[in-house]
Amino acid sequence: MSELGAALRERLRALTFELGGPGTRERFEKLTPPRNEYGVDPYGLDIDYAVSAIAPFLWLYRKYFRVEVHGIEHVPSDGRVLLVANHSGQLPFDAVMVGLSLLVELDPPRFARALVEKWVPTLPFVSSFYARLGQVVGTPENCRRLLAAGEAILVFPEGVRGLNKPFRQRYRLQDFGLGFMRLALEADAPILPIAVVGAEEQSPALLDLKPLARLLAMPALPLTPTLLPLPTRYRIHFGEPMRFAGSAEDEDAVLEEKVREVKGALQKLLDDGVRERKHVFW
Amino acid sequence: MTSPAPAAEPVSFPGMPRLVAITGIAGNLGKALARLLHTETRITGIDRRPFLDRPKDVEHHQVDLRKRKVEDVFRRRQVEALIHLGIMHDPRTPFSEAHSFNILGTQKMLELCVQHGVRKVVVLSSANVYGPLPDNSNFLTEETPLMAADRYSDLRDLIEVDMLAQSFLWKHPEIETVVLRPVHIVGPTVRNAPSNYLRLERPVTVLGFDPMVQLIHEDDVCRAMALALRPGVRGVYNVTGPGEVPLSAVLKELGRRPVPVPHFLVRAMLRRAFEARLTSFPPEEVDHIQYLCVVDGSRGARDLGYAPRHSLRDTIRSVLGS
Repeated sequence: MSELGAALRERLRALTFELGGPGTRERFEKLTPPRNEYGVDPYGLDIDYAVSAIAPFLWLYRKYFRVEVHGIEHVPSDGRVLLVANHSGQLPFDAVMVGLSLLVELDPPRFARALVEKWVPTLPFVSSFYARLGQVVGTPENCRRLLAAGEAILVFPEGVRGLNKPFRQRYRLQDFGLGFMRLALEADAPILPIAVVGAEEQSPALLDLKPLARLLAMPALPLTPTLLPLPTRYRIHFGEPMRFAGSAEDEDAVLEEKVREVKGALQKLLDDGVRERKHVFW
Repeated sequence: MTSPAPAAEPVSFPGMPRLVAITGIAGNLGKALARLLHTETRITGIDRRPFLDRPKDVEHHQVDLRKRKVEDVFRRRQVEALIHLGIMHDPRTPFSEAHSFNILGTQKMLELCVQHGVRKVVVLSSANVYGPLPDNSNFLTEETPLMAADRYSDLRDLIEVDMLAQSFLWKHPEIETVVLRPVHIVGPTVRNAPSNYLRLERPVTVLGFDPMVQLIHEDDVCRAMALALRPGVRGVYNVTGPGEVPLSAVLKELGRRPVPVPHFLVRAMLRRAFEARLTSFPPEEVDHIQYLCVVDGSRGARDLGYAPRHSLRDTIRSVLGS
């Protein structure tokens, strides 16, 4: 069983390097998170496992969503940064694709940690899969600690409201929470807006069965005619880093002003991205 | 199996209390602590159980912590420090008995410390007081609310003892109180739930869950308790071992063959088995192999001057016995 697993992992690893393009192996060697004798970092990230596990998603990145990346040079090559993106698509492929873009398009690659929904750790397989990929539950404490350690954190201030937004609201940013701004100010971390264009059409949701979702203890239960996401073409636009000064303890009104600024910048990035593209699928 | 007992190296520092009372000394952890400390200072044990294989220079009072007679220990000689380990965890003991023993015993001990001018009190709590919860942060600090009681009636005692010690800490600034919350203690002589679980040839796991876990070797936790005796140390501290590791890696290191059970069945299954006395694991313990309860030990490392001596691999393998 474990031999089969090892063989599969080796195959997947080769696939990752093939899909990543020439030089991927060398670039990935620059990823050196701290790890103990069992190959994991304190958060549970297992980089060897991760390199194998991303292969199927990298296939989606290259062949299915055919991700196009713009402005990735805005991503700082090291140090803390809060990546703020729009969220959509019912299943969080947008997060995966943004994460992969930082791995395969940057040299040296950066390993982003997404702050995931608190529901995720209750899911079998998903919970451990996320953990081995270094993803953490979205608590302020986790974010604070990772920013202090100089990591790149991917957040979706829209949260589930964005992920499960109905089709008619595509590319309209939902309400942003204030938490991310508080954390950015506290850690003095730059905010980098990221517009993911394409994901918002991948699984058009017609309505959200809220009562049933509550019954099943799910954050939402959107009804979509597509079983799998459609092969829309992803275009990821990285905006310029934004720096904010002020106190994390400021009144909500002051923080809201700053959040509006981020939201405005992201909405503009989204609108430009949507306008520029020629087709949803090509 | 384990490395050549690095913890045998004694812990010494200026200002070591001259007489240390240890409750629960007859337990395996208490014995290990006595072995570590008896070369450094005088020790008097308090436990209702007999202290087998007692080192000659350790005196022992076989008395229940709740009884009047326990005061004699403090009356007779000046106890300078108390290390309180006398907390019962056996899931098979009737709840009311354990509750009375744990709460009243702790309260009695703390009262005696005030009355008899004991300068230092070290209470051994546990990182379990935070409770494994799906939305836990990866590293829980000492300020994290103690949420374990929410799901575990068995842990209520432990939390209550922790709370008692905490309020004692604030109420009595003249006494240096230290509350230690170590992660799962394992070791060749330890017989607690985590050690016993790791000794199973075919342990039950929760299908699709593989939380990070933290273990600490019994020698290391004893050293942390000894270091807490140092003058000036006061407060609540998490005590961690040599790192974090997925549960699956621990089981693999020990050569176990886990039996994964779907999460919606595992509790019911364990409850049946527990009631039929086929297992000693209360079904609530499942949370520990499903969700995260990992703590940040950096404050303790800094203030106690503590660092684990056993490596991660040694710590894991220590359950195999030496």
